[in-house]
Amino acid sequence: MIKIQNLRKSFGNLEVLKNINIEIPNTSSLAILGPNGSGKSTLIKSMLGLVIPNSGNIIINNQLTHKNHKIKKQISYLPQSIQFPENITVNELIKMMEDIRNEKAEYTYWIEQFELQNTLTKKIKTLSGGTKQKVNIMIALMFDKTEYIILDEPTVGLDPISRIKLKEWLYQKKSQNKTILLCTHILSDIEDICDTLLFLLDGKVYYFGTIQELLESFNENKLENAIAKILTHKKSNIA
Amino acid sequence: MHKIIKYTFFDLFRSKWFLIIALFFLSNSWGLLYFSTSLSKAILSILHVNIFVIPILSALLASIYFYNSRNFIELLISLPIKRSAIFLGQYLGISLSISLAILLGLGIPFLIYGIFSDSEIWNFLNLIMNAILLTFIFSAISYNISLLMNDKIKGFGMVILMLLMFTIIYDAVILILLLIFKDYPLEKLSIILTILNPIDLSRINTLLKLDVSALMGYTGAVFNKYFNTFLGTFISYTSLFLWIFLNIIFLLSLVRKKDF
Repeated sequence: MIKIQNLRKSFGNLEVLKNINIEIPNTSSLAILGPNGSGKSTLIKSMLGLVIPNSGNIIINNQLTHKNHKIKKQISYLPQSIQFPENITVNELIKMMEDIRNEKAEYTYWIEQFELQNTLTKKIKTLSGGTKQKVNIMIALMFDKTEYIILDEPTVGLDPISRIKLKEWLYQKKSQNKTILLCTHILSDIEDICDTLLFLLDGKVYYFGTIQELLESFNENKLENAIAKILTHKKSNIA
Repeated sequence: MHKIIKYTFFDLFRSKWFLIIALFFLSNSWGLLYFSTSLSKAILSILHVNIFVIPILSALLASIYFYNSRNFIELLISLPIKRSAIFLGQYLGISLSISLAILLGLGIPFLIYGIFSDSEIWNFLNLIMNAILLTFIFSAISYNISLLMNDKIKGFGMVILMLLMFTIIYDAVILILLLIFKDYPLEKLSIILTILNPIDLSRINTLLKLDVSALMGYTGAVFNKYFNTFLGTFISYTSLFLWIFLNIIFLLSLVRKKDF
């Protein structure tokens, strides 16, 4: 269970998160959605300890995250893009991650799926952009024992086949009752993978509930129409 | 923390920077040894190259390395590892690999020369020690500046400004102060001013040992007059270590609050 209590964060005068209170039950697959600048990334980064909140708590498995860095052993995090140290090979990178996490990685699945066999002995700086993204996914998701999987725009820059493979892996994890948090703008990915939705607007929780309920309340059968209605609703409120 | 030190160290060890630094110091120390008439003169010449080149090299490299790995640091923070361990580990890894490059570059020509059977051995070890301390100090200052500045260009600008300040502007300011207040006793002021500049400290530290009063300058002469060689060396070394220590304390307090 991830509990977020009275979470606030400002950057200078800009208040990015305004008192967020949510509880994400285990085994849920949650999509975090919202326009640019609504606070999605800041929320995810607060959970991971990248951003230090001004006030409020984040509790994962009954432990405060800012007091216990070991809780992150339960989290797999896939960042949007990553620049690995350039002078090491993919193999060394895998060993390095195993060493830092003190855990054996299950990377053979990804090597086969993404056909990375030939890249293992290559230096990171010689890899193409797409291959780097595949390596990024492998590095982030190769620790199989984590309870929580947090993904930030995972399918950007991926070819269609790899995209399907990543989604298949996520279905598999969903069926293993892992908790998935997906932050993306691609609504079809959300419809495919997630069952609950957190919609952030101007740093506040605008909607938090199942996707099904959202569709019913707006009398729509497609997520994008429901989202469009939320946004037009917001505009008319401001006017 | 030792894991981060290890990976940073080997990452830099295998980069072209390591080779460039080692080769630069190798050719410099070999050349000066070859052309100098005595060992102490060679050490003196190398010292004057060191106190300018080492601050510039370490400060720029620490800053470049930090900004290049910023994105990877974000990934490291999301792993089960303490924030302080990541940043302290990276800083120590950078400083250690630069120190090793300098040590190899400076050391090999002296080894071939047969320094270990020469009476100048202590002066040589003192030179190496000062080079390593300057590396740790200037990597720390520049790493902290880079941590403070999110913008890479502004960060580099500040690092270069800091270097200019310690290498050129500082001396000019001391000179102006001494001229303006020449009617007053300035010994204590000049000692304090020396301690506030690690480059000055390192220079005096080596000159005290070599006993070349003509090159000490005003601050060095005052240092020598106030303290004997032993006390002077002790105070200058303590101040150099204090520079590293205070910068590490500052680094740890910075990373506690830093957002990524």
